[in-house]
Amino acid sequence: METIISIKPLLAVLVSLLVTPILVSSRASNVRESWTFVAAGLKFLIVASMVPAVLHGSQIVYTIAEVFPGVAIKFRVDALGMLFALVASSLWIITSAYSIGYMRGLDEHSQTRYFVFFALALSATIGVAFSANLLTLYLFYEMLSFATYPLVTHHQDREARSSGRKYLLYIVGTSIGIVLPAMLVTYNLTGTLDFSMHGVFSGTEPRATIVVLLLMLVLGFAKVAIIPLHSWLPAAMVAPTPVSALLHAVAVVKVGAFSVIRVITGVFGIDLLSRLHLGTLIGYLAAFTVIVASLIALSQDGLKRRLAFSTIGQLSYIVLGVALLSPKGLIGGMTHIAMHAFGKITLFFCAGAIFVATGKKNISEMVGIGKRMPITMTAFLIGSLSVIGLPPTGGFFSKWYLVLGTLQAHQISMLVVLLASSLLNAAYFLPVVYKAFFCTEQEAMFPNTVQEAPLWCVVPLVVTAIGSIVLFFYPTIFLNLAKLAIGV
Amino acid sequence: MSAHYPTLLVTVPLLSAFVISAAGWVNKRWCFPIAVAALGVSAYSCVGLLLKVADGGVVHYRLGGWPPPWGIAYYVDQLNALVLCVVSLAALINLIAAKKSIEREFPEKTAPFYTLYVLFVTGMLGITVTGDAFNLYVLLEIGSLTGYGLIAMGDKARAPLSTLNYLYMGTIGACFYLLGVGYLYIVTGSLNMADIAHLLPPLYHSKAVLTAFIICLVGVWVKMAFFPLHGWLPNAYTFAPSAASSLIAPLMTKVMIYVMIRLILTVFTPQFAFGTLLVSKPIVWLAVAAIVMGALLALKERDVKRMLTYIIIAEVGYMVGGAWLGNRAGMTGAILHIANDALMTLCVFLAVGCIVYKTKGARFEDIQGLFRKMPFTMAGFVVGALSIIGVPPTCGFFSKWYLISGAIQAGQYGFMVALLFSSLVSVVLFFRIFEIAYYEPFQDHHGETHTHHASLMDEAPLGMVVPLLIVAAGLVVMGLYTGGIVSHVIRFVIPKGLV
Repeated sequence: METIISIKPLLAVLVSLLVTPILVSSRASNVRESWTFVAAGLKFLIVASMVPAVLHGSQIVYTIAEVFPGVAIKFRVDALGMLFALVASSLWIITSAYSIGYMRGLDEHSQTRYFVFFALALSATIGVAFSANLLTLYLFYEMLSFATYPLVTHHQDREARSSGRKYLLYIVGTSIGIVLPAMLVTYNLTGTLDFSMHGVFSGTEPRATIVVLLLMLVLGFAKVAIIPLHSWLPAAMVAPTPVSALLHAVAVVKVGAFSVIRVITGVFGIDLLSRLHLGTLIGYLAAFTVIVASLIALSQDGLKRRLAFSTIGQLSYIVLGVALLSPKGLIGGMTHIAMHAFGKITLFFCAGAIFVATGKKNISEMVGIGKRMPITMTAFLIGSLSVIGLPPTGGFFSKWYLVLGTLQAHQISMLVVLLASSLLNAAYFLPVVYKAFFCTEQEAMFPNTVQEAPLWCVVPLVVTAIGSIVLFFYPTIFLNLAKLAIGV
Repeated sequence: MSAHYPTLLVTVPLLSAFVISAAGWVNKRWCFPIAVAALGVSAYSCVGLLLKVADGGVVHYRLGGWPPPWGIAYYVDQLNALVLCVVSLAALINLIAAKKSIEREFPEKTAPFYTLYVLFVTGMLGITVTGDAFNLYVLLEIGSLTGYGLIAMGDKARAPLSTLNYLYMGTIGACFYLLGVGYLYIVTGSLNMADIAHLLPPLYHSKAVLTAFIICLVGVWVKMAFFPLHGWLPNAYTFAPSAASSLIAPLMTKVMIYVMIRLILTVFTPQFAFGTLLVSKPIVWLAVAAIVMGALLALKERDVKRMLTYIIIAEVGYMVGGAWLGNRAGMTGAILHIANDALMTLCVFLAVGCIVYKTKGARFEDIQGLFRKMPFTMAGFVVGALSIIGVPPTCGFFSKWYLISGAIQAGQYGFMVALLFSSLVSVVLFFRIFEIAYYEPFQDHHGETHTHHASLMDEAPLGMVVPLLIVAAGLVVMGLYTGGIVSHVIRFVIPKGLV
């Protein structure tokens, strides 16, 4: 495997930081927002420019500083990181457009602050994707926690404050209280924190130590929202919808899932975990989360809350897939990062568009909305199909691989969980769509005239919906990256 | 010229004190530039010394050419070179930042203030650079007495009493130290640290040596406000003028930690301190108590500055505990934390200085809406806070990492838990402030009336904010250079015997 030393990963991280002074200084909103696009576009281009090398099997590395003996703040772009970075950076461009529509549509306050911290959050996300070791990952993970706090609490009212507290309590509490000591113990045992295929452990450590560290590192990255550390996610829905869309369907939560994948594949290593039969332990935690979150989602009337619980369930799909420790399961888990991202961001965009156009937040108030906002609700249908895992959407692919993974690992109980959860997904999404289009004249809550949200809102959600369909026909790039990541 | 760095860094500010005092009678405006120039020379010499001793050298300097043990010897190795740099740079930056607030808080007394200021810095630098145990006491008194003076210039109603309290406690501490040095002099007949260290080993089982060590240690603990000897600190630092508290708070306690480490490593040996004495475990538990109590006491405060003083008490626990873990990682963490903690304390105190300058107070009611009013000050404050919490890449994270590593290696899990606990409490402490500064007054009807608030920025003067932001950026730079500082500087300080 070839190793290329290049500053590109650092640039990819920093490019959004570099525009923040411009964002702060410009008073004119048009100038500010065009700089956001420049940053987002540049970030995507820098990330994309590294794709050929990565597909070629090379790794791109860049070391900032060696801070402890054997541990540096260091970037390494490999296939898995590239997969995640591609998803995050491409969706940032679309979300920026959507943000403009949403924030202007609602005439929100403090838009400059909003765009600045959004840019910071994306920096941190790409940083996580390209981290070469656990310490660097932790650094950007924390940066993301603090950068998203002002976004989550954007409204600055009492509800935002209490949600913000919950957010910090769960996210920062676990990272300092659980991940940090686990990381320190790992470092003191092994002398390294670098991710590698075979993990950092020699395999001679006592099983109990490995089990405890594994649980600490999987649960401690609470952004992955495994029950019982999930309740920050519904609380964080108090944020403006574009924040929920990008951060709580793509960046923040996927950073959690990504960290868990890194922990399982890079810190412990598939070999060690399958030798000690520890995959099942994590698998059961994830399976429990999948089912319980789906059941809770059924009972939620707030559209964003329903989406939040759906996200909790879907994140555990990723964990479950990886915890199967079988090649197909790993591919399924990794590609699910991308597939779920496109589906779920569409759904959040739709929820936001409905709110901008009608001011409605609850599903019970959306009967007949399909007649008023047909484009939005069609996109909603496509997004739902993708999350449920039905063709012709990208979600079908990842779920297909997940199912194959359970068979490969001979985990029939997990297969049952996946299938049951798909039914539950259908049960909590499809009625929304059904009620939106098919209702009697008496039930309909909206006049029969078509009136969509502003164009800045509608175009992005159409793009991501089309993206979900395109991923069904052309999933190659993400599939290849995932295959490269596990070395098949 | 560079051969005289060790003496320049002390004598220039010492002599400048007289010049400032005299200049004050002629024209008050001359005082500030003279003080800046004097501390600039100090800082330059300190940085020069650090570069000289990095990677392994040491500098011996004989004052007046008298050979030790009769004359006073200055001795610079990596340990005090690092502390010297931090002290001189922090004092210089703080002086520049403090100009506005000094001129506003006591326009009549600027000359005395600057005089005391440079004398205090002289004391701190002298304590750090000297290789003579008695000379250290003299400079400690210079530093302390000027410190009392600086603090007493603060809040008219409460500062004098707090100072008196501090003076009593400080004098007791200094006397303890002096008494210990006296014992050492009785048994060895020498006051030079290297000489004492050379003469002591055969006497390690003497009760007098034991007593000397313990008494010195207790004296130093009083001076550094190590729990439960911390009673004087919160009031003294809270009621001091901003310019004085942001000078004394970062430096005094840290320099005393340096003295303690110097006693352990140079005057005595780690084998004696950690091996023969059998006190390290209890001391680490005392440190745990300091950290936990500091954190808890900070929680009950409703004034930013006062809250920070309790954080200092917890931080002292970090360093004492780290040093007494008795292993390489812990000692590295403690030394690194001296530098890091000085800088981050400076950062938050500078920010508080800016806030007080604008709002006339730092009580929780005063800081409402500050993120809108003073975004740059608050940005600096946030960076300092993140460093105290221990978030990478700010430097606080890296020293905490070494400290916790040391705790794990020593099997002192109580200390590890205390450090994590204090980090979590710091999150609460600082985010409580951020919440008030961010949310209040509440904007319950979001989307309306915000545009009217938008342009209410009312930032502190540039001369205060720029130094603050430089220090804040320094926290990140220090963090990223941790590897370099440890491998080029701290590594050489720790004796090979300490694993």
